[in-house]
Amino acid sequence: MQATPLQTEENFILNEPYYEPVGNEVTIFEAAYNNGLPVLIKGPTGCGKSRFMEYMAWRLKRPLVTVSCHDDLTASDLVGRFLIKGGETSWVDGPLAAAVRAGAICYLDEIVEARKDTMVVIHPLADDRRVLPMEKRGELLRAGPEFCLAISYNPGYQSVLKDLKQSTRQRFVALEFDYPEAGLEQRIIEKESGVDSAMAEKLVKFAAMTRNLKGSGLEEGASTRLLVHAAKLIASNISPVEACESAIAQALCDDPEMLSAINELSASLF
Amino acid sequence: MSDRNEIIARLDQWLEVEYTFLDSAALTDKLLARPPEEQRLLLDWTRRIASTQIPLAYEFTTSVMTQMEVVDGELIESWALNAMDAYDRSGLQAAMTLVRDVDRFHHYRREREYGVWLGERQSVLRHFVHGLAGRKLDIEECEGAPWCDGETIFLPAVVIAFEDREKNFQLYKVMVALLWAQVRFGGLRCDLESLKLETFCTQERIRLEAHIAEELPGLYRHMVALKGDGSTPPYQFTIHPDAVAEKTTRRLEREKARFKVALNELLPGKTNEEKRRNAARLSHEQSQALNLELQLDGKPLSPPEGMKQLASSILIDFGEIPPDYLVPAGAGDYDPKLLGELEQDPDAVWQGTYHEEGATLYDEWDHGRQHYRKGWCAVREKPVAEVKDDFVDRTRAKYHAQIKQLRKSFEAMRDEDRLLKRQSDGDEVDLDALVEALADSQDGSEMSSRLFTRMHRSDRNIAVLFMVDMSGSTKGWINEAEKESLVLLCEALESLGDRYAIYGFSGMSRKRCEIYTVKTFDEGYNEAVRNRISGIEAKDYTRMGFAIRHLSKILNETEAKTRLLVTLSDGKPDDYSDYKGEYGIEDTRRALIEARRSGIHPYCITIDETARDYLPQMYGPAAYTVVEKVYELPQRVADIYRKLTH
Repeated sequence: MQATPLQTEENFILNEPYYEPVGNEVTIFEAAYNNGLPVLIKGPTGCGKSRFMEYMAWRLKRPLVTVSCHDDLTASDLVGRFLIKGGETSWVDGPLAAAVRAGAICYLDEIVEARKDTMVVIHPLADDRRVLPMEKRGELLRAGPEFCLAISYNPGYQSVLKDLKQSTRQRFVALEFDYPEAGLEQRIIEKESGVDSAMAEKLVKFAAMTRNLKGSGLEEGASTRLLVHAAKLIASNISPVEACESAIAQALCDDPEMLSAINELSASLF
Repeated sequence: MSDRNEIIARLDQWLEVEYTFLDSAALTDKLLARPPEEQRLLLDWTRRIASTQIPLAYEFTTSVMTQMEVVDGELIESWALNAMDAYDRSGLQAAMTLVRDVDRFHHYRREREYGVWLGERQSVLRHFVHGLAGRKLDIEECEGAPWCDGETIFLPAVVIAFEDREKNFQLYKVMVALLWAQVRFGGLRCDLESLKLETFCTQERIRLEAHIAEELPGLYRHMVALKGDGSTPPYQFTIHPDAVAEKTTRRLEREKARFKVALNELLPGKTNEEKRRNAARLSHEQSQALNLELQLDGKPLSPPEGMKQLASSILIDFGEIPPDYLVPAGAGDYDPKLLGELEQDPDAVWQGTYHEEGATLYDEWDHGRQHYRKGWCAVREKPVAEVKDDFVDRTRAKYHAQIKQLRKSFEAMRDEDRLLKRQSDGDEVDLDALVEALADSQDGSEMSSRLFTRMHRSDRNIAVLFMVDMSGSTKGWINEAEKESLVLLCEALESLGDRYAIYGFSGMSRKRCEIYTVKTFDEGYNEAVRNRISGIEAKDYTRMGFAIRHLSKILNETEAKTRLLVTLSDGKPDDYSDYKGEYGIEDTRRALIEARRSGIHPYCITIDETARDYLPQMYGPAAYTVVEKVYELPQRVADIYRKLTH
């Protein structure tokens, strides 16, 4: 099968993504959406932030434009720029502008990674004005009621230099995500990978062990995503200890002593 | 090598026979009876040990030759290092006994082949036990059977129950897991004093084995395999009721105080009175997994990580949170000692005995031995006493013109945002370039593709740590010049914006290695820092290795793209008694290699004119500058820094 090219703003989610609501986040998001309020999603990596966005895009039947922010992302990368074609300049929309035009949901992932000046262009879009200034074209792009802005950030591992400014964060409705509680996490692992519930329960227990190690040498414990990866390997007949080593331990750190401790933990459990 | 006289001559030199009257001829004859390969090996070790202790070297070689029919290189090496470690730790007597003891040696040989040392695996086991839920238990060494006092697990220094390394390590793991289970499943909660200990320990073990079978089935399988058919399995632990009781009393008091203070911070309300009233609205739930959920009016509160750990530790002790713990208390209600480990005054520790308490221990490279001496230097940090005088102002006035010029040249280095033209990719169209390109294409020339402008953002990201020699030899004008250099540097660096820290170092013997804080990375160039610069004074000796190791650690904890360690010094490393000549230079060189390997760029500025003899070897040919005239130092230092980072 060949990959199919797709315009960013045409990315409709056609099939219902698997998502287990943890609390009232779905209703809050819908209420915010209906009132034209932007949403800020906080939470550690791999706890289901992006999956939640896909689920909401499917539910609201809007295309989803995702931008993964990096430290070289400039304002023009989001808004758009002039290119030169055959001796003339022509304007090309950036993903944010394209999302506004199409009335899509624009999801800026790990927003704090982007440069400081990038943050400012989303300000007018994130309050009651709901406009995107396109300085270079001398235009204001007014967002329709379908458009929605969502940003995510992980308060855990960023340095002080990369904190979200008050002027930015105070424009958003904030939803906090964390790893789901044990029973739910177990169900997610079962559904996503097809392992039986006893195995899923052990994986959740193992995750708790790695999360206990956070702060004593490990930056972050195993995320739900990693557990699903390990479970998928186990479902493909890899032994649990090996699956935990490749999918979890090696993904968490490089320190040989910590690695061997994590492997000893999984060997004790399975 | 086979020339008898030559060997005798060498031994005479190494063993200083002139003074020690050791019989080098007899030793040589015994040596000559060995094959040449073994001769070389034994001679090498004789030399290396002799550099530490001469009679020990003699004893070692004699003893090895009587005990070993065939010399095994690796075994000899570890046995020799073991003997020298014993000497470092407990003195000559202990080392001699160790070397002479034949049985010990054979036992050691077996240990080396199959044994697992706690020292090697301690941190793995520590991570392992931290991963298992509950209180964060520490791991320490002890004599005899393993036991736990409720906060620390004590394990034998070496495990050699099986002729299989892997199995021996598994045995360690089982010991740790059992003692963890003992704490976790309330084994230390009952009144231990009145029990018949031996029976109780066995019963406890059986009870805990069942818990392990349920919680850690993988480990349980290993446990069964290790159990053997004897009545007491090799992992049987013991209990020391007195130690447990003492720890428990102290912990209960401490954790109660900490919990109540933490609760106070968590609760809403301005005054302690108000908070106490709010506490009545608290409710709580605890789960099997030792999690405490606190609710205020039915809404969950989210306690900080530290408080969660505290709560699970309390749950282990009581099985619940006792009601009187849920009354908040202000920090003032308790002795501060209960709330945090009070930092110990580095000077007080030194008074009287050789105390290593509160110090960080660093290894030191022994050139003669070609190996590290473990935990050799006891390093302590302390601030330089502030001196409030007009030194900084005086210096500023004295170098008024130079400072102005330095600032200017440093400002020019500042990497500022600037617009780059004619880029192949960028944010905006470069109109000049476009017009030119269009004209080019009209007259048939090649059209440039560099038609954009792009903003270049500054990314000068340097952290520099200045390590200032505060040894006795700097007394007088060198010290003055160092201080003046620091003032000029600070003035210049403030205009540049690089992050910098200043530490002094000095010490007397390995037990008192001192790092003096002048300015940390987080501090600004404020009044206190200026007073501390003025307070820098000549102290004792120049032991350098520990300072490089300690300051590299500090530097590596700072986030930066480029890390620089600049030493200001007046001579070669040198300390009271043992840190002289080659030994000092080689240790310093080693420390610098370690620093470089961790990504630090070391550089040395010195006023020692003879430095050209040893600095290239220590710092490498391009990483040092010798300033010939002391009065030039202040101006040169900033200048060198500018060239270094340009």
